[in-house]
Amino acid sequence: MDSIRVKRLKKGYGRGLPPAVDIREGFSVSEGELFGIIGPDGAGKTTLFRLLTTLISPDEGDAVVQGLDIIRDYRKLRTIIGYMPGRFSLYPDLSVRENLDFFASVFGTSIKENYHLIEDIYCRLEPFADRKAGNLSGGMKQKLALCCTLIHSPEVLFLDEPTTGVDPSSRREFWETLARLRRTGMTIVVSTAYMDEANRCDRVAMMRSGRFLKVDTPSDIVAGFDRRLLAVRSDEMFRLLQDLRSMEEVVKCYTFGDTHHVVLKENAACAPDEIGHRLTGKYGHTGVQVREQAATLEDCYMNLDD
Amino acid sequence: MSEDNVIEVEHLTKKFGNFTAVDDISFEVHRGEIFGFLGANGAGKTTAMKMLTGLSFPTSGKGRVAGYDIWTQSELIKKNIGYMSQKFSLYSDLTVKDNIEIFGGIYGMERHAVRRRAVELMDRLGFIAEKNEKVRDLPQGWKQKLAFLVAIIHNPGIVFLDEPTGGVDPAARRQFWELIYDVVDSGITAFVTTHYMDEAEYCNRISMMVDGRMDALDSPSALKRKFGASSVAEVFDILARGAKRSE
Amino acid sequence: MKGFFAFVRKEFLHIFRDRRTLLVLIGLPTMLIVLFGFAISTEIRNVNIGICAPERDITVTRLADKIDRSSYFTFKGWFGSDEDIDHAMRKGEIDAALMFSDGFSSSLAGPDGAEISIVTDAVNPNNASMEVMYLTNIIYGYFREDMQESAEGASIVPNLRMLYNPQLKSSYNFVPGIMGLILLLVCALMTSVSIVKEKETGTMEVLLVSPVKPIGIVFAKMIPYFVISCMVLVITLLLTIFVLKVPIEGSFFWMILVSMLYIILSLGIGLLVSSLVKTQIIATLIIGMVFLVPVMMMSGMLYPIESMPYVFQIIAQIIPAKWYIEAIRKIMIEGVPFVFVLKEVGVLLAMTVVIFTAAVKKFNDRIE
Repeated sequence: MDSIRVKRLKKGYGRGLPPAVDIREGFSVSEGELFGIIGPDGAGKTTLFRLLTTLISPDEGDAVVQGLDIIRDYRKLRTIIGYMPGRFSLYPDLSVRENLDFFASVFGTSIKENYHLIEDIYCRLEPFADRKAGNLSGGMKQKLALCCTLIHSPEVLFLDEPTTGVDPSSRREFWETLARLRRTGMTIVVSTAYMDEANRCDRVAMMRSGRFLKVDTPSDIVAGFDRRLLAVRSDEMFRLLQDLRSMEEVVKCYTFGDTHHVVLKENAACAPDEIGHRLTGKYGHTGVQVREQAATLEDCYMNLDD
Repeated sequence: MSEDNVIEVEHLTKKFGNFTAVDDISFEVHRGEIFGFLGANGAGKTTAMKMLTGLSFPTSGKGRVAGYDIWTQSELIKKNIGYMSQKFSLYSDLTVKDNIEIFGGIYGMERHAVRRRAVELMDRLGFIAEKNEKVRDLPQGWKQKLAFLVAIIHNPGIVFLDEPTGGVDPAARRQFWELIYDVVDSGITAFVTTHYMDEAEYCNRISMMVDGRMDALDSPSALKRKFGASSVAEVFDILARGAKRSE
Repeated sequence: MKGFFAFVRKEFLHIFRDRRTLLVLIGLPTMLIVLFGFAISTEIRNVNIGICAPERDITVTRLADKIDRSSYFTFKGWFGSDEDIDHAMRKGEIDAALMFSDGFSSSLAGPDGAEISIVTDAVNPNNASMEVMYLTNIIYGYFREDMQESAEGASIVPNLRMLYNPQLKSSYNFVPGIMGLILLLVCALMTSVSIVKEKETGTMEVLLVSPVKPIGIVFAKMIPYFVISCMVLVITLLLTIFVLKVPIEGSFFWMILVSMLYIILSLGIGLLVSSLVKTQIIATLIIGMVFLVPVMMMSGMLYPIESMPYVFQIIAQIIPAKWYIEAIRKIMIEGVPFVFVLKEVGVLLAMTVVIFTAAVKKFNDRIE
């Protein structure tokens, strides 16, 4: 069954500006799915979240979350969803426990009642239960915010860039928690700027200028990548980047960790070795390595616009 | 201090009460390199950065940044470094040109020198056409670039970048890193913190802080060899797993 | 309902955690009362006075003695001539002088009567006229009471009486004004700032996506400030009665009730402002410029409304504090029964209804 169903959705701020969200094709998220949204800043991710959480109403179109219309049934809908906005900052002057207590009461529940949902996150916070939320580090704040969002056992969870500014280990813990929540049947919609996180989603929507350019499982998106890709490295990485871009058969070249990824033109028939020779010979690079590279989700994202 | 080092730090320690935020770290940053400063939230990165940028004094230890002593010349340090934080501090209601001139003025540059440098930098970033636009109307990626440009307006020896790409999508992050490469190419040293492990690979050398100590410092490839890891992310995990301090 | 009480509890926590603000809220009324009651007083006190009398007989010395005994004047000494008086005044030794005519006592009973001139240093005209008034009062009193037997045939002395505030104490006037000011400050400013703060930090987004009705969120915010306002009210009244020694002439009950109405009205203003703006700084500015300044300038707190230009008099009519201050003055100082303030209370009640209707209408349970 579908947890979220969007037919069309349009929302703009002010005349003269292009709409922040302009979804025409429609999409749906099924119950218990972990649905990721990736896209640059200003793509409309936050606006989409606000629309689906009933915080703003659309100019056109409509959407249904858990069978409830986001415009007509917004009051009822608000009782069954959890939303963690990007800048959600808790109450810095209240302690960890007071924050959690407060949000539990607001949702008409108690910490005890839904402790099982937050247990594995909260046990890490418990030693600091009396510390003011304002004195927590970034990762801890994030955990507390998630606890507060989960405390009423929502059916659908909306997380807007929950891991921005959080270190890799904490991020992994965070995603392990999400995976566990998903197994309880909770539908989760999450936006992120990290590709490794997008890879952990059941399906990913790539968003740009208010529209979904692609919605699919990470593996299908990767499988749909139809260009030839090379991974190249040398001792002078920055110069290598510019040299590769100057080559005729190269469509696109971008940094990728310790290598550069090179997208070749469709009809280019040059072998990796040949490129390597040319880099060593004509461009005078040392330590050149060139190999065929299987595409990753990030490569697909980087090549979205063409 | 050796001519080749922009930062030299020995036994730097900072305590808050009986909590040791930074625990006896020693390292140097070479002129013209990209130095990655990694660590989990709460490992002591921010505290260390504050001492290096002249915003706070260490409890013990000594160090020189951009040729000046962190104990006695913190005002000179502030004048001779660049700093850009994640919440880049531009005046969003002013134009690109105004922002550049204001920050040039803050660093005590002559008016005509600011103008010349502004044109040079805007040209390099392709900002010339937008110089009279208000900063708030620029796309996020551009704001970031502008913040970086403003941080190096006075041509400092070293620029500190504190999570410059937090929450930025992969495409914009790459553009930003190319800008870092470009600036470093012109002779400025970059000191970068990031939570993106692929970005750590772009650095010449990276350091990892764990529980206030600096547990590793080397080039990404050497670290990967040393820990038998295939990526910096793995190295980070191995080191962070040993952390006792829960943030 | 449980959610609602959790909110109220949370708001109290916010307030008690922020000790400094709490201290200001409680300390401010105390400070203002003390300031207006004692320091910034329009009363005169210990004015130095000199007397020039050709014959220093019993009538004159007893009058000098009486003047010296009043707390308003200090008798500085006898002067021989106009020139001496003039000289002393220029040097600042005295601020006022009494000059008795030749043969003062003997001409008292005469057909033309006796003459006393009052000379004051009118650099500060307010003070000067006040001194003249006080001196006249004392002199009349002297001749009316003390000299009855000796001045049988004295002409009728006009009887000046200051109604309601016989001692002309300025604190009588200020207390209702201060109450109008402080209650507005605590209620309107604090409520609006604390609501807008949640918008700024993003917590409002989370609260809106919760089962608690948005209007419940803001009413929960009002309760703690209502309680604090009542505390402030009690503190102000206690200070007024026991420190400034201003008697409460009328019904205590009605005074409290009218004050509570005003508190609720102020809370409504705070709510209205918070539903219109997005940042704390703008909320503060609006409350300050649009509400506090007019209260100080045009509510009759500092300057009488009757002496303002006509336009301002009209504007004054829409300032809630004006009606509150008037009502409190009537009850507290004049001691009139409640029916005499029905008009003021009616206006306040109408304003409350209008402001709350507007605020609730404006309040959006989305964030657009």
